[in-house]
Order: sequence, then structure tokens, then C-alpha cells
Amino acid sequence: MIVAKDLKKHFKVHKRPPGFGAAVKSLFHRTYETVKAVDGVSFTIERGERVGFLGPNGAGKTTTLKVLAGLLHPTSGDATVEGFVPFQRSPELLSKITLVMGQKSQLIWDLPPSETYAMNRAVFDVPRAQFDATLKELTELLELGDLVDKPTRQLSLGERMKCELAAALLHQPTTLFLDEPTIGLDVAMQVAIRDFVRSYNQRHSATVLLTSHYMDDVVALCPRIIVIDRGTLIHDGDLRGLVKQMDPDKRVSFTVTTPLPGGPGCDDETLAKLGTVLAKDGKRITLRVQERELPSVVGELLGTLAVADLAIEDPPLEDILRKMFGKVHK
Amino acid sequence: MKSQLSRTVRALPTLLRIGVAETVAYRAEFIVWILTTTQPLIMMSLWTSVARGGSFKGYDADAFVAYYLATLLVRQLTGNWVAWQMMEEIRMGTMAMRLLRPIHPFVTYTASQVAALPFRSIIALPLVVILLVTSASSGVTHDPMQLAMFPLSIAMAWLITFAILFAIGSLAFFLTQTMAIATLYFGLFSLFSGYLLPLDLLPTPIAKIAAVLPFRFTLSVPVEIITRTLPHGELARLLAAQVAWTVALIAFAVWLWNAGVRRFESVGT
Repeated sequence: MIVAKDLKKHFKVHKRPPGFGAAVKSLFHRTYETVKAVDGVSFTIERGERVGFLGPNGAGKTTTLKVLAGLLHPTSGDATVEGFVPFQRSPELLSKITLVMGQKSQLIWDLPPSETYAMNRAVFDVPRAQFDATLKELTELLELGDLVDKPTRQLSLGERMKCELAAALLHQPTTLFLDEPTIGLDVAMQVAIRDFVRSYNQRHSATVLLTSHYMDDVVALCPRIIVIDRGTLIHDGDLRGLVKQMDPDKRVSFTVTTPLPGGPGCDDETLAKLGTVLAKDGKRITLRVQERELPSVVGELLGTLAVADLAIEDPPLEDILRKMFGKVHK
Repeated sequence: MKSQLSRTVRALPTLLRIGVAETVAYRAEFIVWILTTTQPLIMMSLWTSVARGGSFKGYDADAFVAYYLATLLVRQLTGNWVAWQMMEEIRMGTMAMRLLRPIHPFVTYTASQVAALPFRSIIALPLVVILLVTSASSGVTHDPMQLAMFPLSIAMAWLITFAILFAIGSLAFFLTQTMAIATLYFGLFSLFSGYLLPLDLLPTPIAKIAAVLPFRFTLSVPVEIITRTLPHGELARLLAAQVAWTVALIAFAVWLWNAGVRRFESVGT
């Protein structure tokens, strides 16, 4: 269980304009400003939940994660993770959590990942039998094969990330802080990592707090999302609830078999009566349709047009967030 | 607390093994670094030529050779680079990964530095042989008690050096860049530890200052134990002072770490 109460983390940052003169001046006089990276965030995450942590760059997501993982000392407020105060970094807490940072490696750079695994087994005091079983399970799930015996510096980004995940999970933590775990990976690898995280969460009832710039990660993994912007929490709830609240209309995408425009019933005027045309690309059209109009619009489309395929979707999360952050910043 | 201690003890062999593997990975750089610590050989050639015309303040040529070989031996076995390692990890934010492990970084850094000792023996062992079989052996003590206490004194010299450098590394939490402080430390160390010249050759006021600073206990004391004949009372006094400095400086280094880690900004992501 993770609890954050009015959590704040402020940084004092030295500001200096570019140029030689400013550099010399900064030797004698420095101007500082306070950056409120996290500014009064509160939430509770129950054991076994998968929560997506969303926000634009610099919103305070990673800082919050680092405070919860015990790396940063909060300026004020309270936080507990599995009943422990994170910044005290008690060995008991550190044995229960893990933090995976897509842009920072815990693998020993010049040695094969197997050496990092051996070190983690020692420092986390994992019994040999449990270590062997967990490593076997992780090797199969992540398809590590002989990657673990190549020097880390010679692995590709995707291979390294898979090995990184294994290193982070060998001690079987029950709280996972995942900061951009799929950054830079190709689509197939992103899907593999998502599947793995979901499976780990279900097998170990692990709590997962995930940040990602790939909305697909969040949609696929996280029933609940917390949105922060400029250090403050602006939404905490389920994904569908957020979508409904911000943009309740559906997206109806369909492909017609007759050429456009000019086909019967497919001119702009007719389409405008059914909904707002968001995209029209050759034979592919996307309409924005109010939810209560959906049955009649779909009936109309299927009844009057030669439709090859049709899909009804929620608006993309990217659009929702863009709209959300736009609103906040106004 | 007890389980934490036993966990640490159980982890040590693996930490040392990984440390050795890392040292081997950087072997070329490591050998070059070892070679840069051979300054006492230069000082030795300088002072032996001074002493060629007769002994200088009680040191004849063999005494100087014995002194500087012992200095090089102690330096090889006690030198470490933990301050530079910590500075880099704090400045780049990679310290974060070390902080996520349930063993105090003082222990993990100790293990990685101790792991370099077998490679330092590449230089240290021939020095011992030269000290024992050449004319310099006349400058080596024959007292069994001093010979027995020499490894203990080396171990404490290592810990004092490590603690000072760990404290300088911890300053990076406050200052981010502490390279200049490390350079200043090395300057003071060279003068006050006996690295450049025996402390009894220093002008009296400076020798008095050297006597109350910790630097003497990082190098000169083990060198004195192996190259002089000391009354056992004096030997005990030196070792007791070394124990006191070891305890005090480790406590100070850990205190500074604990104060500094609260300011860690974990930059880089």
C-alpha cells in the first residue's frame, strides 16, 4: 500500500543567463529560484493495484516516484510505502520495492547482467533456491536466453531493458515503481514488457505505479490513473471516468467501398448530420459522435453505405490529456 | 540490526568478487593508475644522492631507500579512489541505484575498493622482496612485535584514508563538484603524511602540526613501525592513536553521508 499526504518536494535552482559575463557574475552573486516539482500531492494506492501516473514533461511524476522510492527527502508532507517511511530507506522497505528507470541502468556496465544478478542476490539476501527459481521464471517470461552472459555495454536498448527488469525483480518486490520502462523500445518489445508487468502483478499481487509517455502502456496496464501537472494532482480515478469526463463523445471510424467524395449519402453535408468529421482520408472516415446518437448513426451508416469495416472507440488518451493540460494552463 | 549485519557479512564475498571482476574489466587503466603512484621512487633517488656524502639528519642512503620503499608499499596498499567514484555517481545521479540496495553504501564502496588490493599486490609484493633482500633491509625493523603490528597498522591506515575520502565524496551532496577539495586533500596528505619526505625532516613548526593531524596515521605511522625500532610503549601509543582516528573518522564520514544524502537530487531523469 502506498500513501501520500500533501507531499511536497521543492528544489532550489541556480538561474544564470548564458554568456561569459553572466558566468563571471555568478562567481560573486547567484540568483536562485524555487522549483515546486511536487506541490501537495495526496493519494492512496492499495496492494495489487496498477496505477498509471500521467502528466506532461516536468509535471513531477518522476520526482514523486523518487520520493516514494526513498531517493529524495520530501520538503514536507508524509508518505508511507508498505508501512515504511521511504526516505528512512530501511533495509526491510528496500527489500520490498523496486524502481526501474528507463533512462538509468542498475546493471554493471562492463560486466554481463548475470554478475549484477549475483550481486543483487547477495545484497537482497535471496536464498539460492528462490533465486534460481525466480531467475528461471524471469528468463522464460522475458526471453532472456544467453543475453545475461554478454557484457551489458554490448546489449541493445531493448535487450538491456529486459535484463534491467529481471535485475529489478529478482528479489520479488511487492511494490514496483516503473519510470518509463518502455522508453526507446520497439512496439513488439513494448507489448512484451506490458504483458510481463501485468503477469507479474497478478502472480505476486504486486502494486504497480507506472509512468510512461506511451499512452498504450497506460491504457493496456492501468485501470486507474493519476494525472499531475506542475506538481499538483488534477485527476485520480479510472481511465474510462477520465475519458467520459473530458470528452464523452465516441470516435466512429469506417471505410467505405465506394470512392469518396460523391458516393451516395457520403457527401460532406450528409456526414456532418451524423457527427463531426475529424478525418477523411481516401475511403477512410472518422466521425465524432455523441454517445446517445451512436445506435442511430451506426444504423444509418450500415444501412445507407457500403461499409467495409467500422470501429467505435474512445477518444485517444493523448487528445484527452492535451485537452486537460490545455485547460489547466489557461 | 543483527539480521542487517549478518546480511552484510553474507554479501561481502560476492561484493568482493564483483569488485575484482570490475577491476579486471578496467585493467589497462588500473595498471596506469598504479604506475602514477610511484612518486616515492623519485623522492628516493633525490634523497639518496643527498645522503651519498654522509648521513643527513640521521638518514643514510640505505635508510632513505628503506623509507621510500616502505612508503611506496604502504601507499600501494592504502590508496583508493572512492571520493572520485562518489563524486561522479552523485553528479550524474547514478548514486540512485546504489541507494536502492539494502546495504549501506559505506560497505559497498569499501568492498569495491578492497577488491583492488590483489592487483595492487602486483607492485607491493616485489617491494617487500626488495626491502628484505637488498641493503635496504638494514633499515627494516627486526622486532617481532613491530612486524606483527605492521599489517594491523596498514589496515587502519587504509580505513582512515578511506573514511577521509568517503567524507570528501559525501561533500558532493552539498557542493556537487568536490574535485578541488580532493586535490587539496592530496596536497595536504603529501606534506603531512610523510609521502614526500620523512616527517622528522620537516621544519619543527610544520612537524608539530603534522603530529596532530590524521595524515600521519594514513602513511607515516605504518612506515615508522616497519623502518624504525620503537619502544613498545611508543608502539602502543601510536596504534592507540591510530584506532582513535579510525573510529572518529569513520563516524564523521558516516555522519556526513547521512546529512548529505538528504540533499541528494537524483538528477538525470
